[in-house]
Order: sequence, then structure tokens, then C-alpha cells
Amino acid sequence: MMTNQTHDFTLAEATARVRIDELAPVSRFSLRVRPAQAATLGRALGLDLPDRIGRIAEAQGRTALCLGPDEWLICAPEAARDAILAAARDAYEAAPHSLTEISDREISYRISGPAAQELLTIACPRDLDLLEPGRAVRTVFDTVQVVLWRDGPQEFRLDVWRSFAPHVRALLEIGQAELAAGL
Amino acid sequence: MLLIHCPYCDETLPELEFAYAGEAHVIRPEDPSAMSDEEWRDFLFIRTNARGPHFERWRHVHGCARFFNAVRDTVSDRFLLTYKAGEPRPDLASLEAAQ
Ligand SMILES: [Zn+2]
Repeated sequence: MMTNQTHDFTLAEATARVRIDELAPVSRFSLRVRPAQAATLGRALGLDLPDRIGRIAEAQGRTALCLGPDEWLICAPEAARDAILAAARDAYEAAPHSLTEISDREISYRISGPAAQELLTIACPRDLDLLEPGRAVRTVFDTVQVVLWRDGPQEFRLDVWRSFAPHVRALLEIGQAELAAGL
Repeated sequence: MLLIHCPYCDETLPELEFAYAGEAHVIRPEDPSAMSDEEWRDFLFIRTNARGPHFERWRHVHGCARFFNAVRDTVSDRFLLTYKAGEPRPDLASLEAAQ
């Protein structure tokens, strides 16, 4: 006769190796600007826009991540939203660009702990050993497009489009339970 | 899984981040209305269907989102080269000699 064994993990058991936390909302913008005008626009935003894909610039709580040759993701505290929009508008003539607010498009999860990298490998095809702390990339997580930040050796952040977030979260929790069970 | 070098990211990355986008260096005619039906058909549909090195477009859709070109051997699936969109078509003989 087949038997099913179930085990309800306590929170402490589940999070000993890896934690999954949903982060508070931030302001996010998708910025497209020609490389020749990037420096001008960066000055207006108070950021030295990095020109290599995967590199991050930070200043005064604002972050710019280079996603493509002419594409950056700008993150900032919600209180800075209006100032960023106004500064970009003022710089428009000198540096024509597109700045689209995408604050509500994504939800961010922090994945941290000794098994954080192992948990991500369940659905991320990248070789995460090559992603250095302090960098971030756009990639896929089980067919869902995500931005993956590596904030430290054992600390990652995942920006997921809102409608895909329940799927990603559920998958992460399955992996978390398996890691806690020693599978 | 194939590993593909994106010339914009300058990294070799898993195939899952990329999408195939057909034959490369197919140039859209300047004046389509001056073409015969046969010429227009050839532009739209006729491809080299190479057995061996094939010039083709790829898009790093789940990365930098850029289109770029590649030379891939359709028999071995081996990538001989990837290069940025707009760069000249590389010389096949020197590529194969370098392999
Ligand atoms: Zn790329």
C-alpha cells in the first residue's frame, strides 16, 4: 500500500538555508537614450549612467542599471519619483530620450542565505558563478523574463513582472522546501 | 543547451535567453514596386537553406534585447562567430581556416 508522508516545515526550518522576502515598492523607470546623450541625461538625474551591460551606478539612493546598449533601468525611493521626472523633462532638449515609469509593473523578491544561489539554479539557466556581487542582468527564470541583481555573495534580488510573480514565488517556495528537506 | 556569445553583452550565455530570427543579410529592396512578382517572392520566401555554415540573425530577447548576426554550422550546431548587426558579412573561407 502506498503511503504519503507529509511534513509541515516550520518557518525556521524553511528559512535556515534560504529566505524569500517580498520587498517594499520603489520607483522604477525604463530609460532609453542614445549612448551619445547618455552622459548628459545621467548628469540631470544625478547618476553616471554605466556604459557596460550589467553594470550599476548608485548615487543618493538612486540606482541605474545598464540593460542594453541604449537602455537603463532606474530605481529610486518613491519620494524621488517627481524629481526624477522633472529633471528628465528639463534635460529633454539637450538629451532626447524616453523615460517610462514602470514602478507598478514589477514586484521584487530578496533571496538570501547560504543556499540562495542554489535555489535560483532551479529555474535560471545562467552560470551564476559568473555574476559578480554588485552587478545585475536581465535573464529568464522558468520562461519568465526577470532582472536578477546580485547584491552580495549570498544575496540576490529578483524583479518579476507582477502577473508572473505568483508563479515565480510558488516555484521559489517549492525549491525552498526541498532545500530545507535536504533534497 | 547551446551557449551563444552576445556581441553586445560580450558574454557567452544560455540559448534560453535568445530567439532565432531567420537568415541574415537579406536586404529589403529599395523600390519594391519596381520588382517583378518573382523577384518579390524570392525576397520574401527564398532562403539559402545552407547545409553547413549559415549566416543568421539572433535576438538576445531576454537580455540586452538586441538583434545580432551569427554564423552557425547547421550540421554540427556549432557557432563559428557572432557579430553586431550592421557589421559586414565575414569572409567564410578565413573563418573556416581559423577554426
Ligand atoms: Zn546581449
